[in-house]
Amino acid sequence: MKERRHIISLLVENEFGSLSRIAGLFSARGYNIHCLNVAPTNDESISRMTLVTLCDDLKISQLMKQLNKLVDVVNVKDLTEETHIEREMLLLKLKCNKKQRDEIKRLTDIFRARIIDVTDTTYTIELTGATEKILAFINSMGKIKIIEMVRSGALGISRGIDSLENIK
Amino acid sequence: MKKMYHVQGRKPREYMKLSGSEIIIECLKKEGVDFIFGYPGGAVLHIYDALFNTDKIKHILVRHEQGATHAADGYARACGKPGVVLVTSGPGITNCVTGLATAHMDSVPMIIISGQVSRQYVGSDAFQEADATGITRPVTKHNFLIDSRESIAEVFKKAFKIATTGRPGPVLIDIPKDLTDPNVKINFEYPKKVNIRSYKPAISESEAKIQQAAKLICSAKKPMIYTGGGIILGNAHKELNTLVKKLNFPITNTLMGLGGYPATDKQFLGMLGMHGTYEANMAMHDCDVLLAIGARFDDRVTGDTSKFCPSAKIIHIDVDPSSISKIIEVDLSLIGETSKILKALNKSISPFLKHINKTSLKKWWAQIDKWKLKKCLSYKKSKNIIKPQSVIETLYEITKGQAYVTSDVGQHQMWAAQYYKFDKPNRWINSGGLGTMGFGLPAAMGVKLAYPKSDVICVTGEASILMCIQELATCLQYRLPIKVINLNNRYMGMVRQWQEFFYEGRYAMSYMEALPDFTQLANSFGHIGIQIDKPSDLEPKLKEAMKMKDRLVFVDVITDQEENVYPMIKSGQAHNEMHLSPTSKDTELA
Repeated sequence: MKERRHIISLLVENEFGSLSRIAGLFSARGYNIHCLNVAPTNDESISRMTLVTLCDDLKISQLMKQLNKLVDVVNVKDLTEETHIEREMLLLKLKCNKKQRDEIKRLTDIFRARIIDVTDTTYTIELTGATEKILAFINSMGKIKIIEMVRSGALGISRGIDSLENIK
Repeated sequence: MKKMYHVQGRKPREYMKLSGSEIIIECLKKEGVDFIFGYPGGAVLHIYDALFNTDKIKHILVRHEQGATHAADGYARACGKPGVVLVTSGPGITNCVTGLATAHMDSVPMIIISGQVSRQYVGSDAFQEADATGITRPVTKHNFLIDSRESIAEVFKKAFKIATTGRPGPVLIDIPKDLTDPNVKINFEYPKKVNIRSYKPAISESEAKIQQAAKLICSAKKPMIYTGGGIILGNAHKELNTLVKKLNFPITNTLMGLGGYPATDKQFLGMLGMHGTYEANMAMHDCDVLLAIGARFDDRVTGDTSKFCPSAKIIHIDVDPSSISKIIEVDLSLIGETSKILKALNKSISPFLKHINKTSLKKWWAQIDKWKLKKCLSYKKSKNIIKPQSVIETLYEITKGQAYVTSDVGQHQMWAAQYYKFDKPNRWINSGGLGTMGFGLPAAMGVKLAYPKSDVICVTGEASILMCIQELATCLQYRLPIKVINLNNRYMGMVRQWQEFFYEGRYAMSYMEALPDFTQLANSFGHIGIQIDKPSDLEPKLKEAMKMKDRLVFVDVITDQEENVYPMIKSGQAHNEMHLSPTSKDTELA
């Protein structure tokens, strides 16, 4: 069966050990985590996690059931099953000499990124967008040396009135 | 969240002022706990001090924490109430890991209370500090680290709820020592109800879906029912019996499900799977509708999954949604407590019963009767050497099938499952999922405490019994007159069997060269030891042992050294590829 990329959104109790329960489930059952993001929500008792995994159809349905079974998981949804919006943030620190500065500025404008820090030898750029856009931007750097790269991992939210916070 | 219920106009309730330790004991009392299996140590001394002042709960002092977990496990499996364990931090809790994993695999409700170093030392590599919740996370249904005195009562309420509802399992509560300080007292009230928003185990199925299942079941020409531990854990044996009788279909039980349907009933085909009967496995392979209830399609049951029930529509009833289509994709699933679903099914199925094709069913039964003629559980008797199978058969006759039987893991476990016919649930207690050697003796202690008047037998082997032999001391302290039946073949029998089959008889490290004299060993623990080595002595001596109602008798039975467990489906083979004897070939059988 073919592996597909799934974005899974989870609401978990903001309790001691919740993150390791989820991470532990993935490692114990042999699922991969491509990227993972955790942060508090407007309800302080709940954290929201977004994670991306590669799975075939059989594996993803088993994974969703296993996640649902965890006592700390309040709600879980595979966002790729419905229309959703996906964003990721990139912070990119580049080494650049005088000659490269114009080129970097141009690329930054084309991708609607922002330069957020400048020194005499570096530019640091912030870019938000879907994962493909982030990757395209990184690829467009060509010979420009990347000193450091930080990505938030994908964040996702469903379109329209749907909410994960309609507790299970 | 603390909720206070005050009725207007009345004066506010007066609360009991209790220390953390006293709160723990009160919580256990409120939950109706009658036994705690435990071992004291630094981090739980405050709790033990509070326990000292109560006579409502009896503490059973084991000789190793693993023994405590297995004893609590055996107790829970026998009587259905959660088993409770109390151990100290560090090695106390790490010694529990095997017992937790055992209970977790077999879905046994348990509460494990472990002491932790005081909060100010957590994370500092303090003496006897271990990350209890971290270590036990994969082997518990859930676990808690208590961080305030105020939350103790609520955590206990939640822990009992989680352990005993849905698919049951062990729940660990780790509590730092400073929270149990006897000098700090707070208001105590045990919550009547607890709401866990993220935990909603019971799902009920729609009438339409139940009818759909009923229709499919009654459309079968070659039906088969396969049930597992979910019938016993879900207390659904009565409903199952009603259904099976209504349908007149054949039924098989898994190793964990034995006793869920009476083994002496004519519709029962015996256990299925790797060491299941010929008729059960063949019927599984050839059936056209399979009804699986409270079973999880374990690899020891299915054999090669690509050849599993090749022509069957499969209906699966289970309390755990993640069991559905995990190993074998099923055609229809009913999720919920087995007893509730079966009750509904029994009601809804009546109008469909007339659609059952009586002629096909008769033919199917005729085919099954033909398979039965193979007499797959027959074995060569001997006058000179005791056959292990005959020990279990004799035991069954002497106890009239009424005993509680625990076992360890290996050949003796399979023989006990094959030859002791369990007619009632909760009588057969073994580590089916994890396969934990050392389980049998401590588990038997828990069973004996739950049912002091019943015969409790631990069927074991000379390798397994040595893994928790220290519990013989516990048995003496609490006068637990268990009967230990040691099938002594001087080999790790199942390992040796596999080495014979798959490693050309290279018996690497499976021979027990320095065995103790078990009768003297039993004597030194203050018990009675008997050795039986002649077939003619078997029945009289076993009878003699069973008659000593108030003493633990350790019966060391010297058995045939190279007897193998048959039938056997070798791993990766299908249900119709059994070996019935050393000489039988797959092709003869298929």
